[in-house]
Amino acid sequence: MLVEEIMKTDVVTLPPNAPIKEALHLLQTHRIRHIPIVNTKKQVIGIVSDRDVRDASPSIFDTTSDNSALSNEIQTIMSKPVVTVHPLDLVEEIASIFYDEEFASLPVVQNNQLVGIVTEKDMLYTLIQLTGTHVQSSHIEVKVPHRPGILPEVTAIFGKRKTNIVSVLIYPYKDDPNFKILVFRIQTMNPLPVIQDLKKAGYELMWPNNVEDNV
Amino acid sequence: MSGNASFVYSDALLNYHFHSDHPFNQKRVQMTKELLEAAHQLDQTDIIPPRKATEQELALFHDPQFIEAVKQASNGELSETTAAKYGLGTEDTPIFENMHEASSLLVGGTLTAVDAVLEKRSTHSLHLGGGLHHGFKQKASGFCIYNDGAVAIKYIRQHYNLKVLYVDTDAHHGDGVQWAFYDDPNVCTFSIHETGRYLFPGTGNVNERGIKAGHGYSFNIPIDAFTQDESFLHVYESAFREITAFFQPDIIITQNGADAHFHDPLTHLSASMQIYERIPQLAHELAHTYCEGRWVALGGGGYDIWRVVPRAWAQVWNVMRYGVPKSGSLPLSWLKKWQKSAPVTLPRTWQDQSDTLPNIPRKADIQEKNDKMLQVALKYTKGRTKT
Repeated sequence: MLVEEIMKTDVVTLPPNAPIKEALHLLQTHRIRHIPIVNTKKQVIGIVSDRDVRDASPSIFDTTSDNSALSNEIQTIMSKPVVTVHPLDLVEEIASIFYDEEFASLPVVQNNQLVGIVTEKDMLYTLIQLTGTHVQSSHIEVKVPHRPGILPEVTAIFGKRKTNIVSVLIYPYKDDPNFKILVFRIQTMNPLPVIQDLKKAGYELMWPNNVEDNV
Repeated sequence: MSGNASFVYSDALLNYHFHSDHPFNQKRVQMTKELLEAAHQLDQTDIIPPRKATEQELALFHDPQFIEAVKQASNGELSETTAAKYGLGTEDTPIFENMHEASSLLVGGTLTAVDAVLEKRSTHSLHLGGGLHHGFKQKASGFCIYNDGAVAIKYIRQHYNLKVLYVDTDAHHGDGVQWAFYDDPNVCTFSIHETGRYLFPGTGNVNERGIKAGHGYSFNIPIDAFTQDESFLHVYESAFREITAFFQPDIIITQNGADAHFHDPLTHLSASMQIYERIPQLAHELAHTYCEGRWVALGGGGYDIWRVVPRAWAQVWNVMRYGVPKSGSLPLSWLKKWQKSAPVTLPRTWQDQSDTLPNIPRKADIQEKNDKMLQVALKYTKGRTKT
């Protein structure tokens, strides 16, 4: 999945000379945490987070302050250079950027101009879609040997039962490189026939379908 | 405190029938009725026949296009692609002849029960053919075509303007009814079910609390696979009491799915008959405390139709009609009749024998997790009880 499919294109921005209090206002009214700072050519020259703005604000215990600090220009506190992504980057790639860089928002830039923004929340939403947990389904985990051709063998069993698969995930089996866990979300309230077929074909099912006396 | 009760039944309810290999089998309703008759717990005068819901009534909840699609499917005139769009013709909800009529009767049965209670012909009413909680506005799903519970609650709201508490103890999340009233503060839904991590439909998280004006009026307690009686009943009783005190309903509708039993093939819960005695007892008590007795009970899931469902559902009636569940031996005549067609040995007593109960090694962990869910589900009702 591409960044352009999940990015927001309606981006709240500020020019570098805007006062900090304007950023504070925008963060509150739009309930966002990041504002890209752009010049007149829509080029991203910095970014501020709600924490940057909060650091620049006087303490709530400081009753004598006249809040003049908030009149400073936003460019005095913005972070730069900015890590940006391209609309054609993959969602998986931005997941590793979020993980490595420990920030939660990425401006999307094309031809050196701001075209969108992706946040950690957008990415998590996409991951929820990928897991299929947002649609009605039953969940089955199968432990299989890690070898070519195994996936079509297993999915053929679902196909034979005309069971629609909502999502498939493959993840490692503990630290054992010889096995994988296949996670299927299938669109049925009655997974029993498929479970029985899988067992009959010799596949090992994971919890809770590996408890014998329940069936 | 036992009020009089009515039992909605006719053999025509059995026409809601997908095919002989399908796990949803309404023979359960007939078996329950005959069990009660054999036990001299059900009199002909208790029985009221279901009426058919009109299309206007179905449209209180369902989209007219969906109703039209079901009607076409009913006559074998629906194309495969259109059917798929409405969740029809799938493995879960296959198309069968006259499915519109059969489904309308099932919804009508629930309306019959509602009318009996709200027109004060009986204090409580039971319709075991109903409780099809997975039906959506424009989509059949999870063995359910029309959602009788949702239609009935819309009907109560429109005709009687009462505050409705819907309590769903089916092992599957009552998603169709929940989403139908997700933004409605006059309808409170409470579902206790096996966690959706593995089980259909996957929803019913504790953080699904409703939206807009309805926020705080949707309660979900997902419990762990292999939960047993003690933990199930603790969670059920604590939550039901607290939610009722908070919401102050005018009528209680219970969905009495009987698929949390350890014999049930479709779910992973490990309850015994004990919960099916206690579930209706508490509903009965709270209906009398808060609603002048107004209580409509429905059926629902339940896929061990031989060993579990007839006993479980008969106890709902026993409690509703007589205030107490039955114990001791099941009537021999009933056992004799049904053992012939049963692929398993029928139990001979109302209660499960203790040596048949499964031994669950992680019992303490499961109990702890369920208790935590209970706390989270109720965290906003504490101290917010309305007066």
